[in-house]
Amino acid sequence: MEIKGIGVSPGIAIGKACVIKKKQAAVTGILLIDDAEIAVEIERFDNAVLLAISEIESIKNNTVLADKDIAILETHIELIGDPQIKDDVTELITAEKKNANDALIQVTQNMIELFRNMDDEYMQARAADMEDIGNRILKHLIGADTLATQKFEPGTIIIAEDLSPSDTITMDLSCIIGFATRAGSTTSHSAIIARARGLPAVVGCSAALMDVQDGDAVIVDGTRGALYVNADDETIRQLKIKREQFIMQTAKLKQLKDTPAVTTDGTAIVLSANISGAADMDDVFYHGGEGVGLFRTELLFMNRDTFPMEDEQFEFYKQTALKAKGKPVIVRTIDIGGDKQIPYFDLPVEENPFLGYRAIRICLDREDIFITQLKAILRASVFGELKIMLPMIAGVQELRQTKGIIEKAKNQLSKDNIAFNHNIKLGIMIEIPSAAITADILAKEVDFFSIGTNDLCQYTLAVDRMNEKIAHLYDPFNLGVLRLISNIIEQANKHQIHVGMCGEMAGDPLATILLLGMGLKEFSMSATSIPTIKNNIIHTDMAEAKQVCEKVMEFDNPDDIKTYLQQFIK
Amino acid sequence: MAAQGMHARPATALVKLGKNFKSAISLKKGDKIVKLNSLLNILSLGIKGGETVSVLIEGEDEADAAAAIDQFFEEELKDL
Repeated sequence: MEIKGIGVSPGIAIGKACVIKKKQAAVTGILLIDDAEIAVEIERFDNAVLLAISEIESIKNNTVLADKDIAILETHIELIGDPQIKDDVTELITAEKKNANDALIQVTQNMIELFRNMDDEYMQARAADMEDIGNRILKHLIGADTLATQKFEPGTIIIAEDLSPSDTITMDLSCIIGFATRAGSTTSHSAIIARARGLPAVVGCSAALMDVQDGDAVIVDGTRGALYVNADDETIRQLKIKREQFIMQTAKLKQLKDTPAVTTDGTAIVLSANISGAADMDDVFYHGGEGVGLFRTELLFMNRDTFPMEDEQFEFYKQTALKAKGKPVIVRTIDIGGDKQIPYFDLPVEENPFLGYRAIRICLDREDIFITQLKAILRASVFGELKIMLPMIAGVQELRQTKGIIEKAKNQLSKDNIAFNHNIKLGIMIEIPSAAITADILAKEVDFFSIGTNDLCQYTLAVDRMNEKIAHLYDPFNLGVLRLISNIIEQANKHQIHVGMCGEMAGDPLATILLLGMGLKEFSMSATSIPTIKNNIIHTDMAEAKQVCEKVMEFDNPDDIKTYLQQFIK
Repeated sequence: MAAQGMHARPATALVKLGKNFKSAISLKKGDKIVKLNSLLNILSLGIKGGETVSVLIEGEDEADAAAAIDQFFEEELKDL
């Protein structure tokens, strides 16, 4: 049987299934016969509560967590020890002679109902917390093994509905060779862990996943996004070959490190990386990156209590410039808001944060914050080849306004006799459809474009990329998105400015030949993807790429495009 | 009440604050009164942004408790 899903971590793992089932709360129906039994059950409940609390305390203390996650765990600790829950459970045990398990199940059910029926969306969502804490106490009541203590056989493939952050953090991964989950997306926790460990993983599997039994022979194909259950000999044989190929390919790509990214006809392409700080630079060079196409500066603004001062920012950019050893580094100015919040900057809760007060919009509104960052980048620009890139530009007015602020920053530095690169290059991210459509106008006023495909795709298709329910609608190969990308590249080339791409699509081997055909000059991606894309580039002929591009633009179905492009992956 | 209402995070902080005092503290919204020691009960009031709640405090350290809770509503709640 083959189960389809989303491949989130490439490679093939062949092993035995271990099915993680959330224990269904089974009502025992046992009735207590005397006061002694009642006392025992109350004590059992109290103990389970203590164990549940210490379990969360230990997760909280032994793991590195975001503030938001710590707050959730603290709320759960408070709820588990809630006197009202204890009163209700005790009442059911004493008055109705239920055992602790049944009493807790009923109280949990009541809590879930109570919250589900509230007239506020936020409170309705708390029903899931009630279920979570109820299950956690129940688990200790039953004495069920937690994932953290569970021992796995070597060659285990984990099959689960979903893996919570606490599951994946505490699980012993030494014997696990792959994952398949029902829930999740490319950005879910299990996907990130799997990629970090190089374990093949498939998420978002169809419902058939829940029919897999413990010990079934399963194969995870994290490259294609499929799980094979008790496959026939022929399928196993083919997947074994594919597995060998993947391993060989990975080894081969390692050797490409010093090979220049030049097409067969001699067109040089820039392959660069997306980074979050100076520490990432080693990885960039290790994988053969020639610079940084996207330096996200958000890291500097997160996990702290106040905005970083100019000197601190300057150090941060300077360190990166130095570690880049003269290679270009495109610094993106603050891109907060949307899904990226910072605690000390009180951004209002918005109905549509992705369409709201974020990135350049905040910067133009809060010139004080913006000018501090610009001055710091300018000062650091004498230590390397830094370029400035503005996120979320929707039209030329914002760009002109920003240029005015940059001039102001430069003038302030000049007045104080502080050195900076007077000719620092300025570019914009093209990630809003209006900017993509008016690329001809914007191209006249900047030194480079960088296409942010993630946001461009979500804005063009009106698909929230964080919403799992519509994840299948998010497709950069949609013709609407491709036409915009094509226009951006065409206009940039026409106006002779540099054009790169720093979104996920740049690291998608399926898109390489198409983007080359469109005339893209720079591909920027996570460092680990560079060898794969390089391998595609060095085997591509530009004339063929142009033909492929023309052909693709004639299709009317994104699935046909992807099927067609498959043959060009090297 | 803060714009987004009494969400889990501020409510957790409030319950923790209440534990520092010996006084019996309750929260009243409309005709519903719940003890401040239960996060579940506070959340189940479903307090929304803009709604008025009263705090009832009785005990030996009631003055201190009142001051601390006042400060919580005025200052800390807006940061949470």
